[in-house]
Amino acid sequence: MTDKPQPPQRTAETATDPERTRKVAAAGDSTAAGTDDSQTQGTGAEGAEAFLEGRESLRGATGPYFGAYGGRWMPESLIAALDELEDTFEKACADPDFVAEVADLNRNYSGRPSLLTEAKRFSEHACGARIFLKREDLNHTGSHKINNVLGQALLAKRMGKTRLIAETGAGQHGVASATAAALMGMECVVYMGAEDTRRQALNVARMELLGAKVIPVAHGSQTLKDAINEALRDWVANVDHTHYLLGTAAGAHPFPAMVRFFHEVIGDEARGQILEQTGALPDAVCACIGGGSNAIGIFHAFLDDKDVEIFGFEAGGDGVETGRHAASITLGRPGVLHGARSYLMQDEDGQTVESHSISAGLDYPGVGPEHSYLADIGRVTYEPITDAEAMDSFQLLCRTEGIIPAIESAHALAGALKVARRWDEAGHTGAGRPVNEAIIIVNLSGRGDKDVATAAEWFDLLETEKVDSKTVTEGEDK
Amino acid sequence: MSGAVDSGQTSKSAAAIDRARNAGRSALIGYLPAGYPDVARSIDAAVALADNGVDLIEIGVPYSDPVMDGPVIQDATVEALANGFRVSQLFDVVAGITARTDVPVVVMTYWNPVMRLGVDEFARRLAEAGGAGLITPDLIPDEAAEWMEVSDKYGLDRIFLVAPSSSPERLHRTVEASRGFVYAVSIMGVTGARSKVSSAAHKVVDDTHAAGAKRVCVGLGVSTAEHVREIAAYADGVIVGTALVAALRDGGVGAVGQLAKELSAGLA
Repeated sequence: MTDKPQPPQRTAETATDPERTRKVAAAGDSTAAGTDDSQTQGTGAEGAEAFLEGRESLRGATGPYFGAYGGRWMPESLIAALDELEDTFEKACADPDFVAEVADLNRNYSGRPSLLTEAKRFSEHACGARIFLKREDLNHTGSHKINNVLGQALLAKRMGKTRLIAETGAGQHGVASATAAALMGMECVVYMGAEDTRRQALNVARMELLGAKVIPVAHGSQTLKDAINEALRDWVANVDHTHYLLGTAAGAHPFPAMVRFFHEVIGDEARGQILEQTGALPDAVCACIGGGSNAIGIFHAFLDDKDVEIFGFEAGGDGVETGRHAASITLGRPGVLHGARSYLMQDEDGQTVESHSISAGLDYPGVGPEHSYLADIGRVTYEPITDAEAMDSFQLLCRTEGIIPAIESAHALAGALKVARRWDEAGHTGAGRPVNEAIIIVNLSGRGDKDVATAAEWFDLLETEKVDSKTVTEGEDK
Repeated sequence: MSGAVDSGQTSKSAAAIDRARNAGRSALIGYLPAGYPDVARSIDAAVALADNGVDLIEIGVPYSDPVMDGPVIQDATVEALANGFRVSQLFDVVAGITARTDVPVVVMTYWNPVMRLGVDEFARRLAEAGGAGLITPDLIPDEAAEWMEVSDKYGLDRIFLVAPSSSPERLHRTVEASRGFVYAVSIMGVTGARSKVSSAAHKVVDDTHAAGAKRVCVGLGVSTAEHVREIAAYADGVIVGTALVAALRDGGVGAVGQLAKELSAGLA
């Protein structure tokens, strides 16, 4: 640990202005006082209108801008590398060999297509709606992250780069990056907040087993955003032979559109699978949002299906009213961080506010720019889910389906139950269909093995052990 | 936009570089963060730069995510923020310096604090405080439409960066968009002292001149009088940051003045 001075714990501004209050109100059961529903949302009303009138497809947005979001707010030193990446990506997309190579890796290495599992016992808690789980947890390395790292690593090879760098919070993206690097014979360096390397020592070991070097970041707030800062500093210095394998659908163009592209397979599969299994499109699609890569991956296939409601669930942490959360869209304001203009948790000076979530994968103060756009035009509804709500659903899925979800994904599960309850109260789905005929797809973005220690602590399972041993001791006393 | 770089008459930083040029030398530009170690001493330290041969003062805005800065400047700005530095105090620092010296002050800032306050409001207050313009490490001309407009409105310099990786097209575009001078990054990397000057620096300066820039100043990795002398042979100005911040950290305002004197001797 460093004994250097740490930045103060800046808390998010409270919801006082109309714009912010409106967004909180739109987020559902917020506790923020006062609402102002008279104003229409955001800057993208025109985009929403065009969409609703069926004039415009929301699929396949290429960037660099998504409405007023996205772009390249980056040092000039990196622009040439971003141009090279954009060019390589565009050519690769049009190259049948590349597309076939990705498809082959997806099938024969990652294990795609991932299953779509109907969660029948879990659905008993969903007011009659049927919940289907898109099983990204069954992919190699245990989450959706593998889709993106394989694609980007292939692009890196095409560019003649020999070294991959990545940031990681809990370690999922770091492990996936280390995996891709090992598979393709590339050097890999993973930046991880010093705090996170201690909390996730096992994941550090996993990355090292895979041949990656893990560098703890002791500057700034020592969390995911600082790991990204440090990775960017490395990239500036080594860009001639290094590719920055960004792990989420954020960052400077072309990252948001490119990362989405590699994850679109999630939604494409799910859409086909639900049609095959039920003969219908779902009434709702739910996913959790940190930077938003798994979400944009599953949303994309459904963006033009007007009767499909789409929900993104942000990390509400201790509750959005406490300031300790990671609900960038719900409570953030537009700003630039890590290369893109997007909703951002920031104080009134534009300093990034530290996010808080029980889920390390959602613990990021920004969000991908396409999500900001989809929020503004009203195509996707973004709402916060608290740590407690997520953990209740985490436990429920464990006990009803025999599936331990990632805590990130548990936010989407909790959100799905909330949507079903809301429909139930209204007497119908958002599209006016009976709730007992409704279908919800939840993107189960990852498995929860990595979260067992956190869950054990949350549910006092370790405490129970102590109580048991105490009981035994007492017994011996007698 | 064209010819903006030539309009030295309306540019305080161009005028400062031209004064040095007329004296037969390159300009010395010294960087220090606002509010480090506190507001009063950051003003004193900047004035010490001016008193010891620095031609142009660069004041950095402490920011939570400084991706172009190495450990020394990061630690200084983190400390400034930990001590409660607010963006409004930036304007106090600039006004405090310009009240005590005629050496012009440009502000180096990452873009989000500007965006958050409002580009117009930020520019208005900077101009009011006597500031000369902005150096924008994470704002490229492609994204700078609003800043182009506002900087014209308040007569502020807009100092964009060029790098060894910049294509000829980008060099040309950045030179066109800049006013005052163009900031040439000497190496592919972040701020911080290095033992020698990168060979890439000379080429990027020549290429930027060839793209039409009248004033090109070199920063990143410049820390000794020897570096300053070496770069001054081909650049219009030399920017020193990390070494001055380290001097302030280790020896206070006096050490900053002492180092500035040594560095400027490299230009004599």
